[in-house]
Amino acid sequence: MSNNVPTQNQVKVKKQLRTKNNIFYFIKRDIALYLMFFIPLCFLLVFYYAPMYGLIIAFKDYDVTRAFSESAWIGLDAFKEVFHSSDFYLVLRNTIVLNFLDLIVGFPTPIILAILLNEVRCKWFKKISQTIMYLPHFLSWIIIAGISYQLLSPSTGLMNILIRHLGGQSVPFLTEKWHWLATYNVIGVWQTAGWGTIIYLAAITGINSELYEAAGIDGAGRLKKIWHISLPGIRSTIIVMLIITLGRILGIGLERPYAIGNPIVREFSDVISTYVYRVGIQSLRFNIGTAVGLFQSIVGLILVLITDSIAKKFGEDGIL
Amino acid sequence: MILGKNDKIFDILIYTIIAIVVFLCIMPFIHILALSFSSSGAVIAQKVTLFPVGFNFEAYVRVFTDQTMIHSLILTIGITIAFTILGMFLIICAAYPLTKKRLKGRKIMSMLCIFTLYFSGGLIPNYLLISKLNMMNTLWSLILPLAFSAFNMIILKNFFVAIPESLEESAHLDGCSDVGILLKIVLPLSTPALATLALFYAVGRWNTFQDALFYITKPTLYPLQLKLNMIVSASASSESFGESGNGAQLVPEVLKSASVIFATVPILIIYPFLQKYFVSGVMVGAVKG
Repeated sequence: MSNNVPTQNQVKVKKQLRTKNNIFYFIKRDIALYLMFFIPLCFLLVFYYAPMYGLIIAFKDYDVTRAFSESAWIGLDAFKEVFHSSDFYLVLRNTIVLNFLDLIVGFPTPIILAILLNEVRCKWFKKISQTIMYLPHFLSWIIIAGISYQLLSPSTGLMNILIRHLGGQSVPFLTEKWHWLATYNVIGVWQTAGWGTIIYLAAITGINSELYEAAGIDGAGRLKKIWHISLPGIRSTIIVMLIITLGRILGIGLERPYAIGNPIVREFSDVISTYVYRVGIQSLRFNIGTAVGLFQSIVGLILVLITDSIAKKFGEDGIL
Repeated sequence: MILGKNDKIFDILIYTIIAIVVFLCIMPFIHILALSFSSSGAVIAQKVTLFPVGFNFEAYVRVFTDQTMIHSLILTIGITIAFTILGMFLIICAAYPLTKKRLKGRKIMSMLCIFTLYFSGGLIPNYLLISKLNMMNTLWSLILPLAFSAFNMIILKNFFVAIPESLEESAHLDGCSDVGILLKIVLPLSTPALATLALFYAVGRWNTFQDALFYITKPTLYPLQLKLNMIVSASASSESFGESGNGAQLVPEVLKSASVIFATVPILIIYPFLQKYFVSGVMVGAVKG
């Protein structure tokens, strides 16, 4: 027997060592890390992925009294009912319209404010302004609604008192649907505009100051500098933010329309989230509610994927 | 830089616009504050604008002696603290392992977390889950489900990654375990990020009422926002207040205003910290994506 031909046993042992190296070795080496991750993983599985599995309810005639698996399979019936219901198209329309209005009015506002803030030279004025402008962002929608009701009430609201003082008539800010639409929009801008300036201000300060100096030497005034340097300089930030906002056009939180809305303006204030809450939980129509939710999640996901790839085409990093 | 006349006009314009915006931001709040300190007579006579008329603490006495309000406040503080501690613990446990490139399966673990940012089961499945877990009308429904935030976890992870590897390597050479490195090196160096995220969690929990709306139907368990909602949307707010023994009649507006201020004060108290950490947090989040 020559020395460089391994025996059967030696080959076996070597192979075992190699396979052990591939799985158990790594788990054993990093066991602390795996165990550490296991804890949040449990939360993920229970509170995020289990409900995803529960999306199956959209395809079943779920009866709370029977077991989950016993419920009859109804296929796409729930979806058919949803897509045939006029209620659904109403809330879909409202969701898109409200988001769109937010986009038109609420998107440019932080940008303009950021540019203006950037032009302020007095440091303490800038600091105080920012401190106050950020405040609305930290208020809950209930608080904001409470403030709004008080300010805009037809009879006792400060706004209407002033209007009547100036000879006008009380404006039904929150109690007539078209007025409500504008009010909802303005309140939204009030809450987010100040906070939104942070990202744009950060982008503006990132612009090379030499550009401004060069433009000044060429005789550009303040306005020209803003138009030709500040705005183009934050172009990429604006585009990314715009794309992210567009991607969320179908998503709407429940808190804001719920808090600010009321039965009188239901025709405009009912959105997908409040609809699911009403139909799904209050009326216990689980499969309908789940179907709408599934629709929203899938469309939302698709929109995010689309808008992200568009952002990447613009040369931005995207969010994925 | 020489300031021409045009520049000066420009400046005045800008300062004026910003001053107006700032005023608009804070005016509603000041009005509510004024109302809460005003006498009912002045409110009915519509004399209150930005300053209290007939200054008194009547409404606040009512609010602070209302057992249900105090109870709700304490509940909410408790939930917020528990939520924040649990949340921070969870994201640290998730973020740290994900920073180790040598960890096998790291990509899948990361994907599991990130996917939840883009897709969710939606309202009904979550509602049914809480129901099946017998968590309806318990405080756990407000603490457990949202405790792990993938968004916050990613921010923390990016922060951890920025810590120089050489520090960890030398600790390794000294015989320190992974957990030891986390506790002795990584966490102490991450205190700004940890403070920021803890504030994110706390403020988020304080202001969010959506889940309480779904899961809590017993008025005795109402967190502060829900209780406030009851007060604010009630037409005669004295109904939603417990008996305080004081017979003086208060106009609903004054009581509601006092309640709103009551619910906002905690946020205002920590506002200086919020401003400092949130702003830097947003920057970090924005830069790292």
